[in-house]
Amino acid sequence: MRTIIFRTVAPNLTSLMVLFSIFVLLRGHNEPGGGFIGGLIAASAFAIYGIACGVSPVRRALWFHPMAIAGFGLLLAALSGVLSLFQGVPFLTGLWAEPHLFGVPVAVSTPMVFDIGVYLVVVGSITSIALALEERDYD
Amino acid sequence: MAGMAGKAVDISGAMVTGPVDPADWLVIAPVVIPVVFGALLLMFRKETREHAAVAIIGLLLLVAADAALLAHVLARGHVVMTMGRWLPPFGISFTADALGATLALTAGVVALVAGFYSIRDIGNTGRRYGFYPFFLLMMAGVSGSFLTGDIFNLYVWFEVLLISSFGLLILGSEHEQIDGATKYAFLNLVATTLFLIATGYLYGIFGTLNMADIARKASAVGPTAPIMTLAMLYFFAFAMKAAAFPVNFWLPASYHTPRVVVSALFAGLLTKVGIYALLRTQVMLFPAQRDIIAELIAWVAAATMILGALGALAQSDIRRMMGFIVVSGIGVMLAGLALASQLGLSATIFYAVHSMLVMTALYILAGLMSERAGSHVLHDMGGLYRAYPFMTAIALVLFLAVAGLPPFSGLWPKVFVVKAALDVGAWWLAFSVLLSGILTTIALARVFALAFWRDGATAAVEDLKPLRLGYVVLVALVVPVVWIGVDPEPLLSLSGKAAADLLDPARYIGAVFPEGGGS
Repeated sequence: MRTIIFRTVAPNLTSLMVLFSIFVLLRGHNEPGGGFIGGLIAASAFAIYGIACGVSPVRRALWFHPMAIAGFGLLLAALSGVLSLFQGVPFLTGLWAEPHLFGVPVAVSTPMVFDIGVYLVVVGSITSIALALEERDYD
Repeated sequence: MAGMAGKAVDISGAMVTGPVDPADWLVIAPVVIPVVFGALLLMFRKETREHAAVAIIGLLLLVAADAALLAHVLARGHVVMTMGRWLPPFGISFTADALGATLALTAGVVALVAGFYSIRDIGNTGRRYGFYPFFLLMMAGVSGSFLTGDIFNLYVWFEVLLISSFGLLILGSEHEQIDGATKYAFLNLVATTLFLIATGYLYGIFGTLNMADIARKASAVGPTAPIMTLAMLYFFAFAMKAAAFPVNFWLPASYHTPRVVVSALFAGLLTKVGIYALLRTQVMLFPAQRDIIAELIAWVAAATMILGALGALAQSDIRRMMGFIVVSGIGVMLAGLALASQLGLSATIFYAVHSMLVMTALYILAGLMSERAGSHVLHDMGGLYRAYPFMTAIALVLFLAVAGLPPFSGLWPKVFVVKAALDVGAWWLAFSVLLSGILTTIALARVFALAFWRDGATAAVEDLKPLRLGYVVLVALVVPVVWIGVDPEPLLSLSGKAAADLLDPARYIGAVFPEGGGS
């Protein structure tokens, strides 16, 4: 699979796919998309990068161990629910804030934080599995 | 919601509008705490040195939350919280009653004790494989199963604890472990699939997954709905989880393969989650159907306890033998479920608490015995009494307790099961409880005679880890066993209360639907 064409295209493809996965993640609240499907797209991006250029460049590029990313995602998701403790509402209640960034209102919410958590869990765990499988073949 | 900032929407029909009592958070804390700590441990998977300390802090918080929850339930009645401010049955409810809170607390205590033992038992390799994250996430699954008030959510927690238990089972990836894990994984996946099918079917019939709502509707619908099928499917699925005969063979095939502390945790906690689910579905949700299959449950119970004890007699590997003793205890709990009288159910709950403590301790003891005797095969063991008198004393207490002999915790639930069986004239069920007790006594007397009394050489001490932590952990488990045996009154009134709540779900339903509202 390590043809010159694939190796040249793969990094660009990967970055595009990761960008697209974040787009899918963020549009997920009211439209099709969300953390799970976004996470799968990002994980397949890393898998493609791994197939083209080997596993160690992916691990270097990710910086954190994929399982650590998954752990952080799980923590984020759990804490997004705990936030409602301080508002006197039940666990996992959606809380919203609308700060103005550069004059544009941006809706920030705990469901979004939860979804980012899901995204990271999926990215972390699927990438970890994919890299482990690829390692057998190439390294 | 942000998009609706301008419009006033009346949400009182769908959502909780009043403030939530902060004490209600206690019902979700036993799930959130292990998840958060498990996630933290997963993030710092390579810093193995601090793992045990972080995990034990998490488990201490878990026990504190469980204890506070139980105290709250006893003082103020059922604690209910429905996630995301939705009203039940739309939101997922967590409902803690005396049964769930008692079992959650016992599970927490057992996990804490096992957490201390893991310092001795789990080396650096096990930690790098992720023992502690799996452990904490499994505890989240166990606590979630005991506290959730939604049957699909129960399925989710079953999956959480199952997936974590797979990870724990193959810690180290030895050949034997993979072999045991395959049987365990396959049969448990069959059971969860049945559980899921039954739940889908249930949703088709009732249009709700909230347990309080199901209990309400199941008693209201007539004989037209196929609830019998549901009750049977759930019985089969959970009996498989609880390792009841004839679907018990996965347990002795897999529980002897992992690390000692892992088998101890599994034996203490996992089968009891199956028993809990049986109590919840058969007694609270479908009592009329349970009455019809009561005789079947009773035969299954009798077969499970006697064949479990016979299996224990036939084993020469001490850890395999413990697996069969777990199975035998499941039979006693099923007998209480089959009788389903106030006394029978309270005996089941009492026995579940006793079994969690004693089975965990027995597996840890078996681990220490094989370590010191240099073998886990009974024929090669010997001389333990002369070399380790203190271990012998602990072993004697635990053996008597698990066989149901006085003055330890196993006596009372067996007495109550026998009495409950004789009350309804089921003399053969009472007889099988007594027979299984005798067979278990013989099996364990064999261990005692061969491993402790018989002369023999024990392993050289120099290259072994010190026993101190092992003894501390065992004493921590033996103290409640003796205490419950000598003074059973507090646990008896607790399990009696839990059984009364199961038999009359009106309080449970009333706690979830305070105004009798809902669909």
